[in-house]
Amino acid sequence: MTVKEIIDRLGLQCLNEANLEEEVTGAYASDLLSDVMGNARSGQIWITMQTHKNVTAIASLKDIPAVILVRSGVPDADMLAHAQDEDICLLVSQDAAFEVCGKLYELIK
Amino acid sequence: MHYTFTIERGNFTDAGQASSSVKRTLKQLGVDPANIKRTVVALFEAEINAIAHAYGGTIDVDIDEGKIVMVVADQGPGIPNLDLAMQEGWSTASAKVREMGYGAGMGLPNIKKNTDDLKIDTEVGVGTTVTMTVYLV
Repeated sequence: MTVKEIIDRLGLQCLNEANLEEEVTGAYASDLLSDVMGNARSGQIWITMQTHKNVTAIASLKDIPAVILVRSGVPDADMLAHAQDEDICLLVSQDAAFEVCGKLYELIK
Repeated sequence: MHYTFTIERGNFTDAGQASSSVKRTLKQLGVDPANIKRTVVALFEAEINAIAHAYGGTIDVDIDEGKIVMVVADQGPGIPNLDLAMQEGWSTASAKVREMGYGAGMGLPNIKKNTDDLKIDTEVGVGTTVTMTVYLV
């Protein structure tokens, strides 16, 4: 399933369009950045409530195509700018992480 | 090839710039993606450690055909008990750093897992030098 299909199916708000046609291989949900650094795999979507620039830095380093901010998270201005610079698809869900994970799991399990 | 970067105390905004730059170079050199991933995980973690704990420092990266050597040297408090620091889950990070999602005690274990050689020289009240090597062959 592509990033674009996930945006449509989950009704996500897209703050930075990038990697829309990229195939998503899974997802990783964590607010601990070293956990993501150590354990997330490239091609996965990252689900988090962290809204600062280090998230996009890590997404870029780990080849994570898209980040979903849960509970209507508002990214810091420099995070949004960095997502644009690094071509990270930045998405927002109104749902909490549990619901986002459940819905996404049903789609790409 | 040799690259040098500067680390500023508490400057999380620019965290990852060195790792990002090294990643670009390694990609251009056609280094195997698995080795690029290992390198950037280790370098980013070491960079974050220095930003979070030390008063400033430098990153030196040497790349040749056979290996990547990364030296992150800081002026800082040093690590009083290195065995404890290497344990997963042990951290002395501040509340502010933890709020950002760091300080879970996974940084040094991540570095160890992703490098072939890890050497840590530390002196309390002086600083810490972390030397990490990733072999490419």
